[in-house]
Amino acid sequence: MKTTVHSPLEPRPWARRLAAVLVIGYAVISLIPLAWIFMAGFRTPEDAIAYPPKVLAEPSLLGYVHLFTARTRVTPDQLASAPAPATWYDAEVRKEQMLIVGPSRFKDRYLNSLVIGFGSTFLSVFLGTLAAYGFSRFRVPGKDDLMFFILSTRMMPPIAVAIPVFLMYRQLGLSDTYLGLILLYTVVNLSLAVWLLKGFMDEIPKEYEEAALVDGYTRMQAFVRIVLPQAATGIATTAIFCLIFAWNEYAFALLLTSGTAQTAPPFIPTIIGEGGLDWPAMAAGTSLFLMPVLIFTVILRKHLLRGITFGAVRK
Amino acid sequence: MALLPNRSKASGHGLSDRSLAWLFVGPTFALLLAFNIFPLLWSIYLSFTNYRANRPGLEVSWVGLDNYRRLLDDSEVWGYFQATAHFLCWSILLQVLLGFALALLINRKFKSHSFWTTAILLPMMLSPAVVGTFWTYFFQPQYGIFNALAALLGFDANFTMLGDVDLAPWAIIMVDTWMWTPYVMLLILAGLRSIPPYIYEAAEIDRASEWVKFWRITLPMVLPFVVLAVLFRAIDNFKMFDLVNQLTSGGPGSVTELASINLKREAFEKWRTGYSSAFAIILFVSIYGLSSIVVRFLDRMKQR
Repeated sequence: MKTTVHSPLEPRPWARRLAAVLVIGYAVISLIPLAWIFMAGFRTPEDAIAYPPKVLAEPSLLGYVHLFTARTRVTPDQLASAPAPATWYDAEVRKEQMLIVGPSRFKDRYLNSLVIGFGSTFLSVFLGTLAAYGFSRFRVPGKDDLMFFILSTRMMPPIAVAIPVFLMYRQLGLSDTYLGLILLYTVVNLSLAVWLLKGFMDEIPKEYEEAALVDGYTRMQAFVRIVLPQAATGIATTAIFCLIFAWNEYAFALLLTSGTAQTAPPFIPTIIGEGGLDWPAMAAGTSLFLMPVLIFTVILRKHLLRGITFGAVRK
Repeated sequence: MALLPNRSKASGHGLSDRSLAWLFVGPTFALLLAFNIFPLLWSIYLSFTNYRANRPGLEVSWVGLDNYRRLLDDSEVWGYFQATAHFLCWSILLQVLLGFALALLINRKFKSHSFWTTAILLPMMLSPAVVGTFWTYFFQPQYGIFNALAALLGFDANFTMLGDVDLAPWAIIMVDTWMWTPYVMLLILAGLRSIPPYIYEAAEIDRASEWVKFWRITLPMVLPFVVLAVLFRAIDNFKMFDLVNQLTSGGPGSVTELASINLKREAFEKWRTGYSSAFAIILFVSIYGLSSIVVRFLDRMKQR
């Protein structure tokens, strides 16, 4: 009789294969919505509301054209008297009896998201790094209480925070400004940044700095030349988490901005309204909006657990 | 270290550690004071008044505990809290069950398991508001993909998930579960990987069955991670606004009117600022109280 040597901790091959099938099955099903929304961006408005839904359809860039342009419906006479189309998308729009009257607001909203996202990320990582180093290396009175207080700021529902901040911003003239949203996102991200970065700093051996201090470095020099380079991975990880939060945030942006500083999340739902049932344009906007986050998630995958639990679980 | 330049002169000019500590921690606290403490105190003050933010000229009068009394007496407000509790309990239950199962399966370390783990994680990193928006497209009764998939599974599929009083509360639970099961899975997976292998080896020597190993080793060892996941999910779903606001914005009727959704309506549509401040304080105290209970439970579990 032939018996294979089998470690008790190694799952049997069939068990492993079954696990693979089930996990891949779940992954595929849970990714259908994402795949569907990316595909919907490349459909014509008619195909997007076809019944029953079409899996395969003639690809079209109309959704993206609609996303980036503002159009107006015209009569055939007006269409005939208009000057010849200057671009391919101009020609495309005319087939639907419409004329382009200018760019849509999507590009501005996307740029706002970028400016506010990067601005607040820079600030919260900068301040968070300093505070985390302070908490990690110095004796700060009431340190544990302060750290817990920082964490508890995350328990406030965003709407509850928005009420007094709305009143405060109205007084200070910060409503609907970049600065207003950047400051608010910075504060919300600070709790995450301080907790995560403190964990990363705690892992850097104190001996490195002590050696540098013995060599005549000041504290500040030791921090800049010894600690910061060691913490680079942690700082980058924290920055990506802050960026994703600011990028995804909706409630504050909805309540505190209206025109100039509005970001993409409160804007994307309004795309459908503009053209009645313009699902391809909404899907196109959603695709462009989700793409950076998907890429960052893949980059972050090793540190994801740490980030989403405020460093409570470090793996 | 000998290669580093010697700067004994500079150290004499350096700041003392104590003032450095304040320099490092100070700016963060200044910001938190301005944007957390001050607004919180202002909210507490407003909750005792009849202030309305859309009429700044109106005289503000002190109404004592009236706002709180009105909130706690209002059966509709209890209804919103019940809707929140229903959403919270079911979504967490489903996420823990699904997440646990997935984590156990992934822990069998089949080939390419890390690739598929990353694939599963994608939904939880997306913007909840945008997720809510595109799921309304999937839930469209005629051309939505949800009914089409349900029909493939043999259902007589013409569900109006977002328009039906009975189905809408389950629609929001479903989307939340789609989005956040990966989160619970990731935490439980970390728990599974923290169990030292020698415990299983010892159980193997004792010829323990798989069933016994699961109940006596796996589950107790992973439990703290499950509680942590439940804590984080409960805080998040208690505050839930963005996803549900886009999916149903509280409707149909008020069956999905969660506490935060109603708070937004009171504060930014009806502009009852004083009343909604009281509401906000009650919400914050509930979340804070609930999480301190869980944290204490977690501490006790760790001591054992």
